[in-house]
Amino acid sequence: MGKVKLMQGNEACVEGALYAGCRFYAGYPITPSTEIAEGCAVRLPQVGGHFIQMEDEIASCAAAIGASAAGVKSMTATSGPGFSLKQENLGYACLTEIPFVLVDVPRAGPSTGLPTSPSQGDVMQAKWGTHGDHPMIAIAPSTVEECFKLCVRCFNLSEKYRTPVIFLMDEIVGHLREGIEIPEEGELEIVNRAIPEDPAHAKKPYATKEGSTVPVMAPFGAGERYNITGLIHADDGFPTNSTEIADKQVRRLLAKIDDNLDDILSWEETSMDDAEVCVVCFGGTARSVQSAVETLRAEGVKVGMFRPITVWPFPAKKMREIAGKVKKIIVAEHNDGQMLLEVQRVTGLYDKIGFVGKVNGTVITPDEIVKAVKEG
Amino acid sequence: MPSKLVDKYLREAHLPHIWCPGCGHGVLMRDVAQAVDNIGLDRNKVVLVSGIGCSSRAAGYMDFNTMHTTHGRALAFATGIKMARPDLEVICIMGDGDASAIGGNHLIHAARRNIGITAIVFNNDIYGMTGGQYSPTTPYGEKGTTAPYGNIDRPFDIAKIAQACGATYTARGTAYDAVLTTKLIEDGIRHKGFSVIECASICPTYYGRKNKKGSAVDMYTWQKENSIRVEKAQAMSPEELKGKLVVGKLSEDDFPELTEQYQAIIDRVRK
Repeated sequence: MGKVKLMQGNEACVEGALYAGCRFYAGYPITPSTEIAEGCAVRLPQVGGHFIQMEDEIASCAAAIGASAAGVKSMTATSGPGFSLKQENLGYACLTEIPFVLVDVPRAGPSTGLPTSPSQGDVMQAKWGTHGDHPMIAIAPSTVEECFKLCVRCFNLSEKYRTPVIFLMDEIVGHLREGIEIPEEGELEIVNRAIPEDPAHAKKPYATKEGSTVPVMAPFGAGERYNITGLIHADDGFPTNSTEIADKQVRRLLAKIDDNLDDILSWEETSMDDAEVCVVCFGGTARSVQSAVETLRAEGVKVGMFRPITVWPFPAKKMREIAGKVKKIIVAEHNDGQMLLEVQRVTGLYDKIGFVGKVNGTVITPDEIVKAVKEG
Repeated sequence: MPSKLVDKYLREAHLPHIWCPGCGHGVLMRDVAQAVDNIGLDRNKVVLVSGIGCSSRAAGYMDFNTMHTTHGRALAFATGIKMARPDLEVICIMGDGDASAIGGNHLIHAARRNIGITAIVFNNDIYGMTGGQYSPTTPYGEKGTTAPYGNIDRPFDIAKIAQACGATYTARGTAYDAVLTTKLIEDGIRHKGFSVIECASICPTYYGRKNKKGSAVDMYTWQKENSIRVEKAQAMSPEELKGKLVVGKLSEDDFPELTEQYQAIIDRVRK
């Protein structure tokens, strides 16, 4: 059993990143994610890694991707306004297949919004913020312990599929302090990207082996001397205008995620076995929902919680399965109904889905959930 | 006729290049290859990072670890590479709009940090890839497709900006003077801190036509006749230097390089 420590979600994210093997962080100060930069500034040199505060959010995203291209696991963190700025190079990492973890601790928005208040208004931006069709994985923690463990998972998925992963935290978990058990070395699985056996003789960095959709690439400096470009490129890494290759490349990028849903998707179900009402939520909102479910269960109301941990790709099949069993679905989130849109879309149920949402920077209370469930 | 440099440093399968006849970028790319060859760098340890634009296509043609990034961001990507892997030799090739407009913030901060990256700016005073719009270095009064009545912005002096922001090596060469420019790039790579080599290129297709500068040969001749060595320029008045290209090593200062300073921190705090 590891050491038990009292820490904040943002701090746990830093420790999780180090545990996963992250040795580079580039960032820019922004509330409510700043503690992640501060933590990395202290901790990274202690483990031989590098921290740099860049001139802006765009540059921090670029630097994190650059470090990863050179073979070093990397991370950057931000909040809403900075998340908007990072979208440019997030798309670059998708197309060039350079793994890294982008942490977003949203604030209430839009624009500069309410910098210190909780929000979950970046759900759709996490999936669709960067232009063009692209793969995206986003993972949302709801406890400080998950800020650690799921950060490790973000790195693992990123390395395995050579794609950026968004760690979609929120101010509730980011600034929450809880006791967590720090896993011992070796307790959690650590995935490192596959590299060619003989980099000096590797010819096509973006070629994939039979049965796989993920290329095997060497880090810069290992002798492969290939080209990386944000233009549509062939297996050799060089730009092409071939419509056939463009189609093949974009579809392969999407298939990396779509063909591996069993591995990528994760969720939590609470009291769902006999539930007639299902409250769907994610991240910090789950804390209020969990409390409401306990209260309602004590009163004999058959209610449960479904919490997608992998927010993108959305666990559509599981959501449909639940929709087929329960009488009522209520979505609770700190925005005006972003995950609600996805739940409506995948279930085909529109007006029948209840909604509890907030956009004023305050937290949805357990009472508000209780009330929504009772009112049906 | 292919030279030994072409055999060694260019990816022939990806030639011919996309540059227009007469463009100065090909000469400058050759200067970069010659400089790397003169130093004898291990190609496996050289990372060439570029942004977006005509100049940035050089990365794809050269046989190093090459990264063609997003517009203006070459130095930001390069900073991540150099910081994470100080053992790699990181060189950036950028255009004038790339380095000093959309990437201006990254340029001044890379200079401020004095990170060991060599920034080579292929400055043709125009956005060529998009068809001839005026850039931050287009001379006052000159025309571009977006300055049809003449440019009313004052141009940047990229080398001077870099020096003012802390770059510890700055120089200016020209596409015309390959011998000098190669030497300046070579010295810039050998220099430990952040070095900026502004290379005056020519764009006969857009800048030249729009501003009636004649043929590519005329434009190279102009560079030849209007280049003044920095040593000679020191004795000349601002009036005499108006419209001239001051070439040579413009500045060299001594300040600790960023990644070496960070290594000292690691050595101090490592558990």
